[in-house]
Amino acid sequence: MNEPQIGPKEALIIQGKRDTVLEVDDLHVYYDTNLGPIKAVNGVSFRLRRGESLGLVGESGSGKSTTVLSLMGLIKPPGRIVKGRILLNGLDIVRATDREIRAVRFVKMSLVPQGAMNSLNPVMKIGEQIADTIRAHIPKSTNSSIKSRITEVLESVDLSPSVVKRYPHELSGGMKQRVCMAMATALRPEVIIADEPTSALDVVVQRQVFETLKSLQESLSASVLLVGHDMGLMAQFVDRVAVMYAGKIVELSPTTEFFEKPFHPYAKQLIDSLPTLGRRRPLTGITGLPPSLRMLPPGCPFHPRCAKAMDQCRSVEPSFVQASGCRSVACHLFPKV
Amino acid sequence: MTAILEAVGVSKSFTTGFLRKNRFHAVEDISLRINADDASVTAIAGESGSGKTTLARLLLKMIQPTEGTVLYRGHNLRVITNREQKSYRREVQAVFQDPFEVYNPFYKVDAVLHGPAEKFRLAETRAKRQKLIDQALEMAGLRPEETLGRYPHQLSGGQRQRVMVARAILLRPKVLIADEPVSMVDASLRATILETLLKLNREFGAALIYITHDLTTAFQISDNIYILYKGSVVEAGDTDKAINDPRHPYTQLLVRSIPRPDPKAKWGPPERASALGLRASSGCKFAPRCPMAMQRCWDTMPPLFQGDVDRVAACYLEDKHPHVMAKDMSSVLG
Repeated sequence: MNEPQIGPKEALIIQGKRDTVLEVDDLHVYYDTNLGPIKAVNGVSFRLRRGESLGLVGESGSGKSTTVLSLMGLIKPPGRIVKGRILLNGLDIVRATDREIRAVRFVKMSLVPQGAMNSLNPVMKIGEQIADTIRAHIPKSTNSSIKSRITEVLESVDLSPSVVKRYPHELSGGMKQRVCMAMATALRPEVIIADEPTSALDVVVQRQVFETLKSLQESLSASVLLVGHDMGLMAQFVDRVAVMYAGKIVELSPTTEFFEKPFHPYAKQLIDSLPTLGRRRPLTGITGLPPSLRMLPPGCPFHPRCAKAMDQCRSVEPSFVQASGCRSVACHLFPKV
Repeated sequence: MTAILEAVGVSKSFTTGFLRKNRFHAVEDISLRINADDASVTAIAGESGSGKTTLARLLLKMIQPTEGTVLYRGHNLRVITNREQKSYRREVQAVFQDPFEVYNPFYKVDAVLHGPAEKFRLAETRAKRQKLIDQALEMAGLRPEETLGRYPHQLSGGQRQRVMVARAILLRPKVLIADEPVSMVDASLRATILETLLKLNREFGAALIYITHDLTTAFQISDNIYILYKGSVVEAGDTDKAINDPRHPYTQLLVRSIPRPDPKAKWGPPERASALGLRASSGCKFAPRCPMAMQRCWDTMPPLFQGDVDRVAACYLEDKHPHVMAKDMSSVLG
């Protein structure tokens, strides 16, 4: 049997020796509509350990972005958190007050949103925008400490200090994305959530931005939750991969093992549908469409599209269990060990 | 071999600024030929701003070139007769990036299928026309009863894009220009839509021009590839050779920057960020970023050198090979 190579960092994660910084437990988030609730997140649980990178993948509508918004305490009506806990260093984000959440946002946990570079204020110089972030969350900081911190964070994302006097339109897309990362890490958070941080950038710039993210993560010993659907990025960047389907995590495995042999049939089809360089092969998509989140099919939500569906799958929903050592999966083919 | 669609040395520049004094070259001296009898798949790849969409718009007669000509069956598109124009509009079809923008939100999706079917008189009776439409939808992987009679917002992005492919199938084009057809579609659906485009290519002999920023899908489906950088072709030729053994430093940088969905295939080293932002005045456009740049790269723009029978690269590192004029580039690939 060909055992995948495991680095020391991975080994620590697998053995669960690292402490948990973020714990999500049975999270349910619904959006209320006239036709009944849309179950965008329907029972998500995972733990993010100190210093690790976790990938959250899934197609659009699988609940990735709703999960991210819940983590940041940003769910607004018609959305509501129905049940579950989100523990960040002991604070439950779900039940915390606005003031408590504001005290941890950017300080303990920050978000680099999708298309972040377009979220910069076009009529404000870069330096002022970063200073604003710092002042908003640490009101007592002095001007000189803010100034030195700005120089420091810009350096950490490989930008020259002269950028502080520039306006966003004077910078390239990659530079703007790095400014957003500087902003997100200005207060040394323990958790960095990156939601498709490079979806609008070309591959060369994407490569640089991820190098920056990696070095930031190392210097802060922060944990990264990388959200997206680019499996290539996941394979190259994260330690563990969590696959979401119809509002649930269906598989959570260490990256190497996941790509070598995905357990869940959906994960397998997802990987098989990826075009690769080097070898040409017939393209195969995943048949069918994702289910409506308003009326989920009975049993396993993936069974209508699954080639391996059995009778049991049509009636009993598989629970998310540990299937082998460090891998968890929600599929009747992989029972609990 | 006769060309159905050919670009000969086309350039397109836009003027900006006070008194329109600044010229911006979106496309510079590009030649490309699509032959009538062999249904090839040609990829045009490049990052945003490389001129790939401008090239598509030139081929579709949505804009006119500043220099050079676009020929449809040997006729210059600029001075084409009405009759030829009508046949051009039928034989050359397009699928665009955003499958929402092409629809009128107040009309049912049927309109985009019935419109061309009526305009080009594809069938004598209403019943026959309906049958053609149903067949085209099925070919594109859609169920007619679930698609027709709906409004665009009631279909998913993937379904909307497939209706556009069905529309193209309906008209049996000779050339299909697909500009980023899958970039707004989920990864799991990408393969399905590309497969439908390939079906149109194989079963109906339509040449496909696939415009993309994604080298991986370009590699999977194309026979020939043109790699653009800032409006110029840096490397062109057989897709296998260009991707598996790239000659131009820019192509090499692109290929090694692609994250492979395999943790064992390590990501290549990143480009030094500081190199960006410089501008070359007259030489190779890639020189400011090129680790191998020599003095001559800064001075004059390199021509295309033909390293293989079916591949050219615009780089002085290849200067031991004979060089070809840009306008003859298409014959190398043809």
